[in-house]
Amino acid sequence: MNAQALLSIADDELFLGWRESEWTGIAPMLEEDVAFSSIAQNEIGHARALYQLVVGEDGDADALAFDRRLDEYRCAPFVELRLLDWAHTIARRWLYETADEIRIAALKSDPDPAVAGLAAKIDREETYHRMHAEMWHDRLANEARFQEATAELWPYAVGMLPEELRDELAVRIGLALPSDKLSQAHERGTHTEYLAPMWEEMTEVRRSAPAGAQW
Amino acid sequence: MNEWEVFRQERRGQPMEHAGSVVAPDADFAEAWAREQYGRRGESVALWLVPRTAIRDVEDWADEFDLKYRRVDGYSIKARLKEARERAGTTVDR
Repeated sequence: MNAQALLSIADDELFLGWRESEWTGIAPMLEEDVAFSSIAQNEIGHARALYQLVVGEDGDADALAFDRRLDEYRCAPFVELRLLDWAHTIARRWLYETADEIRIAALKSDPDPAVAGLAAKIDREETYHRMHAEMWHDRLANEARFQEATAELWPYAVGMLPEELRDELAVRIGLALPSDKLSQAHERGTHTEYLAPMWEEMTEVRRSAPAGAQW
Repeated sequence: MNEWEVFRQERRGQPMEHAGSVVAPDADFAEAWAREQYGRRGESVALWLVPRTAIRDVEDWADEFDLKYRRVDGYSIKARLKEARERAGTTVDR
């Protein structure tokens, strides 16, 4: 697996983790607030481990996470979206976990044992994320608001995965792949208007400190 | 939404102890939420989830005839022990 592909996954996890942590304190139920925040934190943990793998043991994962130029980030538009209602938020969570499972499974058979090993480790934690996402999906699957949110986010979710893994995602989600034109608009490599403000906020503290500050 | 009482075991072999509760719409939600509340910091090796409605509440006690010899505070062992030791001449300074 090349560094760009690993960075794509790491950036997805970082930005989604950041986005989802925005629900901390305001999720619909106290228990879900704790669970959702914990999952967001896990995703950021996965991003850190992946960055570390890319930069090597002595490299600076934070620099990779925070110091790149905006156009160097590899995250999919899907994780950048600022979703303000719970139906969309939980629909994205379910779509993301389903797509993530497919790509992590592929990563587990990577010829590089360091990559395969980390993928297996991440997958063990993702098992609980999937449990969480599935239970929400099972509960909301017949609700119109959830169905509409899923349909709306679907072309974005497809953009998370490389071409060869998309058919499997379509089968798992039970929706047809969107037209080329529709999915091209949401492909990795393009960004939404949401990325810049999110990056500004995410890196504000780091940028305000003198270079080389130790945290 | 129903209340679930959560019990947790800190280490294998230790008793399950009441940890707190979660309010959840069904058993799957209760499990997912209890895992995050009572297990994510490595503080538990096992959890029990019990619907609050499955618990029989007992809090009324009749003790009308002052049968205090049944209670642990019925005898003052300390004073009796002291007397017994004095009688036997085995008083020890502690």
